[in-house]
Amino acid sequence: MTTTPSKLEKIIKSGQYAVTSECGPPRNGNPEGIAKKAELIKDHVDAINVTDNQTAVVRQCSLASCIRLKLMGLEPVLQMVTRDRNRIALQSDILGATAFGISNVLCLTGDHQRFGDHPSAVNVFDYDSTKLIQTVKMMRDDGRLQGGFEMHEHRPNMFIGAAENPFADPFEIRALRLAKKVEAGAQFIQTQCIYNMDKFKAWMKEVRALGLHEKVAILAGLTPMKNVGMAKYMKNRVPGMDVPDSVVKRLQGVPKDKQASEGIKMLIEQIEELKQEEGVRGFHIMAIEWEEKVPEIVEAAGLYPRPSVN
Amino acid sequence: MIVAKPKPIGEIIDMIKDLNKVLVAGCNGCVAVCEAGGLKEVEVLASALRMHFMQEGKRMEIDEVSLTRQCDKEYFQPIDDQIDKYDAVVSLACGAGIQYMAENFGEKVIFPGVDTCFIGVTLEQGVWSERCQACGQCVLATTGGICPIARCSKRMLNGPCGGSEDGKCEISIVLGRDVPCGWHLIYERLKKMGQLDRFAHPSEDKDWIASRDGGPREITREDVRP
Amino acid sequence: MRLSYPTNVRIVKVPCTGRVAIIHLMKALERGADGVFVAGCLEGDCHYQAGNLRAKKRVNYVKQLLANIGANPERVAMYNLSAGMGPRFAEIAREMTEKVRQLGPNPVKTGGAIKEVAA
Repeated sequence: MTTTPSKLEKIIKSGQYAVTSECGPPRNGNPEGIAKKAELIKDHVDAINVTDNQTAVVRQCSLASCIRLKLMGLEPVLQMVTRDRNRIALQSDILGATAFGISNVLCLTGDHQRFGDHPSAVNVFDYDSTKLIQTVKMMRDDGRLQGGFEMHEHRPNMFIGAAENPFADPFEIRALRLAKKVEAGAQFIQTQCIYNMDKFKAWMKEVRALGLHEKVAILAGLTPMKNVGMAKYMKNRVPGMDVPDSVVKRLQGVPKDKQASEGIKMLIEQIEELKQEEGVRGFHIMAIEWEEKVPEIVEAAGLYPRPSVN
Repeated sequence: MIVAKPKPIGEIIDMIKDLNKVLVAGCNGCVAVCEAGGLKEVEVLASALRMHFMQEGKRMEIDEVSLTRQCDKEYFQPIDDQIDKYDAVVSLACGAGIQYMAENFGEKVIFPGVDTCFIGVTLEQGVWSERCQACGQCVLATTGGICPIARCSKRMLNGPCGGSEDGKCEISIVLGRDVPCGWHLIYERLKKMGQLDRFAHPSEDKDWIASRDGGPREITREDVRP
Repeated sequence: MRLSYPTNVRIVKVPCTGRVAIIHLMKALERGADGVFVAGCLEGDCHYQAGNLRAKKRVNYVKQLLANIGANPERVAMYNLSAGMGPRFAEIAREMTEKVRQLGPNPVKTGGAIKEVAA
């Protein structure tokens, strides 16, 4: 029995692997930008995340794009960061999403605005991701806003997700943090993209030791490497990203025009390996600005066609 | 203490260039400790300003004074009688002191000679670091004595975030200097104290009404009023 | 040693150049000196450990400050020599005098009649 109308929740509860992906909205008012990306992947994923001003770079707001996807008959996941909005705006957006039947929300704290193109902005962070999870849960299960107001009808009914980074420090508390988010109300997790399989497995071991794999559905995050440059950039310039030397070396070992396909190959190998990992309930494929590769990946990983649920 | 830093002298010159008599007023409190606005700094600034205007052939009278503090009315007394003769005062006190001087000497133009930055501590001579955001509701008891509001870039209550790497905040890479991850520091303290279970449960909500967000603050302590 | 050095050099004796404060250098120039130099012990030989290094830092601070107010940083300088290097002192005095002479009188005195730096 599912808690929400979410299609993603239904697939997860059915015991099959879930497949999600993400799309970034355009940096202008283009009404078709998100629709075009979604068209490329819609038959190969169960739900589509729309990023929320990712890396603090201004783009069309996630809510607008999610509404568009919903109107196209697709299943959006509303990503919400707490960096830019206070509790008033966050709850307001949840209500707006509810009005359009959006049933999935991914609660994030968000990259610091110094990474983006408006580093001078005020830093909101009224809540962090954990508090946002609690808030959405309260709105759904108690029908209350944080300030106490009670909604007698049309309560948000969202499948609540969160992110977790098994590769950030300190490692010792990464499983505890997941426990905290689960206690707050997280029902599914999408992890930071995995390159260090050993570390991910070590984290999964801790997660299983706490019994969390039975309380929350973990979707393994994966991003295909396009070339050596990307691998090195991710390794050195992105905080919280763990790219082992072996990954870089493997890409270096093939000619430049073959690196992209090698990256895809590596990702598919990872999926196969992760299918053996108890507690992994699906895959979150983040092929940013490379969405056209998602169908190929999903098919090669034996995850196509996607199941249909009612 | 309140940590401030001297304004670029060019900015100060711009403020006073059309005037004739200026008083540079320092403060022997916090700004003296962080070497931005004490007597020493007043003397050097006044000398530099005089030299600048003399070079331009401009006759400018620049006097010097340093007060015990500029956040208590009584300490303005030494300049009560003379302040009228100045066109303006360049105050090197913190933002509070500069404003209080303006409030105290109603018609007088008071210019800021420093940029007031944060409440912090001296790490070593010449290096000061932020520690407190004056949020009005101290949570240090639950975080091993390390403040998540002041020391976490995202003022998270349920940190660390996914960008914490090697004990450093993700913004270190953008700033080009190492910013310790506040939550990593909290983790290490709580680990020593055997309180890691704090990481397993969501924390209490934060009421920002007690901080700047609730509006300009004022405290009335009946117990110490006359 | 009875070596000669220019008569325009006024000497202020200090036990260690670490005693020289920024305000001393500023005052000298403010009061009309055309130049001021600090002669400290050779680096590594300071009797009081690092007084001459502090002096060096302060001289550099004053150079920067002079630049910021439109004065010439060359009017202040740091030199290092040992107490026994009489001829070197004379040489420094002559060198500094010559440098300052080329810069012209301190505009602080002339009231900008002769401009140091284009406004």
